[in-house]
Amino acid sequence: MKKYTDQGKNDTRSGYGDAMTELGKTHPKVVALCADLVASLKIQDFIDAHPERFIQVGIAEANMMGIAAGLTIGGYIPFTGTFANFSTGRVYDQIRQSIAYSGKNVKICASHAGVTLGEDGATHQILEDIGLMKMLPGMTVINPCDYNQTKAATLAIADFEGPVYLRFGRPKVANFTPKDQKFEIGKALLLNEGTDVTIAATGHLVWEALLAAESLEKEGISAEVINIHTIKPLDEKALVKSVKKTGCIVSAEEHNFLGGLGESIARTLAIHHPTPQAFVATQDTFGESGVPELLMEKYGLDNNAIKKAVLEVIRKK
Amino acid sequence: MPQLQELNDLVLQVRRDILRMVHKVNSGHPGGSLGCTEFFVSLYFEIMNLKKGFDLDGIGEDIFFLSNGHISPVFYSVLARKGYFPIKELDTFRLINSRLQGHPTTHEGLPGIRVASGSLGQGMSVAIGAALAKKLNKDPNLVFSLHGDGELQEGQNWEAIMFAAGNRVDNLIATIDRNGQQIDGATEEVLPLGDVRRKFEAFGWDVFELTNGNDLEAVIAGLKEAKSRTGKGKPVCMVMHTEMGHGVDFMMHTHAWHGKAPNDEQLKIALAQNEETLGDY
Repeated sequence: MKKYTDQGKNDTRSGYGDAMTELGKTHPKVVALCADLVASLKIQDFIDAHPERFIQVGIAEANMMGIAAGLTIGGYIPFTGTFANFSTGRVYDQIRQSIAYSGKNVKICASHAGVTLGEDGATHQILEDIGLMKMLPGMTVINPCDYNQTKAATLAIADFEGPVYLRFGRPKVANFTPKDQKFEIGKALLLNEGTDVTIAATGHLVWEALLAAESLEKEGISAEVINIHTIKPLDEKALVKSVKKTGCIVSAEEHNFLGGLGESIARTLAIHHPTPQAFVATQDTFGESGVPELLMEKYGLDNNAIKKAVLEVIRKK
Repeated sequence: MPQLQELNDLVLQVRRDILRMVHKVNSGHPGGSLGCTEFFVSLYFEIMNLKKGFDLDGIGEDIFFLSNGHISPVFYSVLARKGYFPIKELDTFRLINSRLQGHPTTHEGLPGIRVASGSLGQGMSVAIGAALAKKLNKDPNLVFSLHGDGELQEGQNWEAIMFAAGNRVDNLIATIDRNGQQIDGATEEVLPLGDVRRKFEAFGWDVFELTNGNDLEAVIAGLKEAKSRTGKGKPVCMVMHTEMGHGVDFMMHTHAWHGKAPNDEQLKIALAQNEETLGDY
């Protein structure tokens, strides 16, 4: 089994901020917008270097989405920044009409997704955003797993034409994917080959999936781990190829089981290769205040939950 | 520059287009369209600096956004009469496989449209974004937008109004169609807007009122006045008083024709009040 090493814990949002600093230098058409959360989105360096290409919209997310749509008319590439909750649910119709239906090249960059936002509680912890965004025709949905990958994804979407939802998080988590990796939108990454079960994870759950696979190996179970950083378009070929070998699958995500990655996988497999599946996700519930790690444990989103799901789904083969 | 007579002919012909379009499909919004006919004709045939042809970015020309997308009939007619697409295509309004959707969209690639609108209250934000892009591009041309008065009940407008003043978006001219009507009745009965001019002023805009938005010469003068106020640190707002349904006697002084098409007999009467000048499509 391939070993992955944590290069030092870091937050995915810093990957976004550091990529924005680079894009400021390399992409003169990139414009950053923020709704009163500059420090949280880690974009102060971009602002210091390019004040003319930063737009502070204040606490007015609907206006931010509309302004972003307008900036594309004239050739700019706007990156909007706020929490995932305020990037999606709060402004769904603005995104739907002014960005998605209008085909605007806006990058909706959303931090603090999921329960790992922590102590602020359920008002701020959106667990429905992947579903909301993936249902919009033409929207690309990306949920990278660590600092390095978030940085790479941010750089990649600047060169991609079309609306993108880029989801990342607040806490410092393991940083284990290669530095300066090339990010290919829509291409699943096979992290660990296995024969007994496929674990398809996204975002913070990818590291947990690797931990689960390591533990399962000790019990004689060979788990294949796939990093699904792009939920839409989904790498259907990679998933089908994997389950043809393993015969069962666990999907893992920091999101409601309704509307998330798991449902996208279930749909794909129902059409192409019906396969027993278990869902590691929140169970149609809101989150609550607490320390991120404890919330992950309580809501069944850690490596123990993945391991338990594997043991269950293997029995259904 | 077209003569006043030519513009008057256009106004009459556009009104006929609007009436015939909504009649054919027995749907659409004639009231606000008829009320804003002078505005659209003035804007596209007299006021805006426009390039030949159409590209989405609109760099090097004035651009326009319609926020209250339901008055698409007047927008489509004026775009067609200006040459953005064949006049004959007006005949496909609201039909399946048409580029002339019920509400304007970029989705079907209709030249002249730069963003979808219809879900209300979003156009001012988009217009501000486009105005900021013009500033970044050092493009001295202007951004025009039109908003229904009822639409100001949507909160996003006030986010946008606050932003535009605070950020000195002075290359934007937002016109409010102050016809005082919305679907359920008079705006002041449904949800009072109060003094729109003073509200914009309080937010920091340069505002003036145009009392007769259905007088062609007055509208042209008003838009010229608005242009003269740009570039001075404040966004410009023209509160334009119009009569919903203007040009058709039985459609005026009521909100009844906001979103209702005339029947055969009503169409005949309405067309008789608006002479065919440039040829029906």
